[in-house]
Amino acid sequence: MFFHEKGYLEVETPFRIPAPAPEAQIDAIPSDGWFLQTSPELCMKRLLAAGYPRIFQICRCWRAGERGSRHLSEFTMLEWYRAQADYLFLMAETEELVRAAAGKESIDYRGHKIDLSLPWERITVRDAFLRHTDTTAEAALADGSFDELMVERIEPQLGLTRPTFIYDYPASCSALARLKASDPTVAERFELYIGGLEIANAFSELIDPVEQRARFEAETAERATQGKRTYPMPEKFLAALSGMPEAAGIALGLDRLVMVLLDADCIDDVVAFTTEEL
Amino acid sequence: MYTAADLRKGLKIAIDNEPYIITHFDFAKPGKGQALYRTKLKNMITGSTLDRTYRSGETFEPAQLEDRKMQYLYKEDDHYCFMDNTTYEQIHISEDAMGDAKNYLIDNLPVDVLLFREKAIGVEVPNFVNLRVVQTDPWVKGDTSGSDSKPATVETGYVLRVPPFIEEGELITIDTRTGEYSTRVKG
Repeated sequence: MFFHEKGYLEVETPFRIPAPAPEAQIDAIPSDGWFLQTSPELCMKRLLAAGYPRIFQICRCWRAGERGSRHLSEFTMLEWYRAQADYLFLMAETEELVRAAAGKESIDYRGHKIDLSLPWERITVRDAFLRHTDTTAEAALADGSFDELMVERIEPQLGLTRPTFIYDYPASCSALARLKASDPTVAERFELYIGGLEIANAFSELIDPVEQRARFEAETAERATQGKRTYPMPEKFLAALSGMPEAAGIALGLDRLVMVLLDADCIDDVVAFTTEEL
Repeated sequence: MYTAADLRKGLKIAIDNEPYIITHFDFAKPGKGQALYRTKLKNMITGSTLDRTYRSGETFEPAQLEDRKMQYLYKEDDHYCFMDNTTYEQIHISEDAMGDAKNYLIDNLPVDVLLFREKAIGVEVPNFVNLRVVQTDPWVKGDTSGSDSKPATVETGYVLRVPPFIEEGELITIDTRTGEYSTRVKG
């Protein structure tokens, strides 16, 4: 309803695909020579390129080896893409969506009273490191402690009193995002956190096929260095990219949003069956 | 050899040549970032705990533990004597290493003895054992105090709560995982 009123078209794209986006830290589950999608991103961007300016989809995604209190290897994603928009536009739309889903001005999550009234907190990755760690984002990236500090020190502090958008990620953490014109060391990417829980990831889309191919090659090389399986280059996606309009897109973990709205500590509590129960 | 992806609650690994069991495990992964495996570990000899975060690609040695089927023979001073059922070899285990298992030891009780480098570090008793009640207050008929349990001492000296109708000399089943009364054994 939320999306229909805004002129979004609901779409379906295949779950099983020949070439997932080559990202260093996301592993696809093989399926009879192809792969289960880790996200519907590439097919949805092809639809944008084919002339559908506003699209959304709710679908299952699979990521190998991801299982914990906040992760299921098979989970439900809500993705939406909008032509002629950037990541700031999507922040506002995400605020609207979550507020509509909650249907109230505040929620209680894990002992925190979280105020959903606007404006929500916005903090850059750079400032978050300065505020919550003893180092800088640049230094942490250089010495390999970026992800660990993010998990141990920063994430638990995000979105505790009101939802928080953490934005402008280092360029190297954003394989499919557009770099910021005024500061090309960062990408126009944000994540939404509520109660310390990562809810959504979004960016202004990179639409330069040459740059995108170079980034995919770098990610593929990184996968090879880590001894991980490499994927075929998604050639049809790269070919379509030259016809894709300026756009922004977002992937929201629906199970996580439900956790926050129902005050669930563990993702197991919001699905009918976990992997272990099958 | 284990990899980070094998880590899970209950797994036993060696750290600095000592056996540890993973008591808490969680998987964390910041958006688009690398996987992190967060653990709490308990030293299986000293009981001390550690918090450790591992990354994918790290490897671990399994703790070299040996499980042997034995039976309880007797207690002597501050140690307990057990016999291996197949080799008839006898070993002594200190009271410290016994943990709660000492509450359930009756002659010939079958147990699993956990050894680390030939040294016994733990004893596992069956999930249910039958023990005789040697002391408990009689049930006062018409007691309206509303109390639904009373203390009882069993033959090993262990004291637990039992229902009011249990009498001295009766045999009861105890769940050794919780240390609680399970049922009365008839006859």
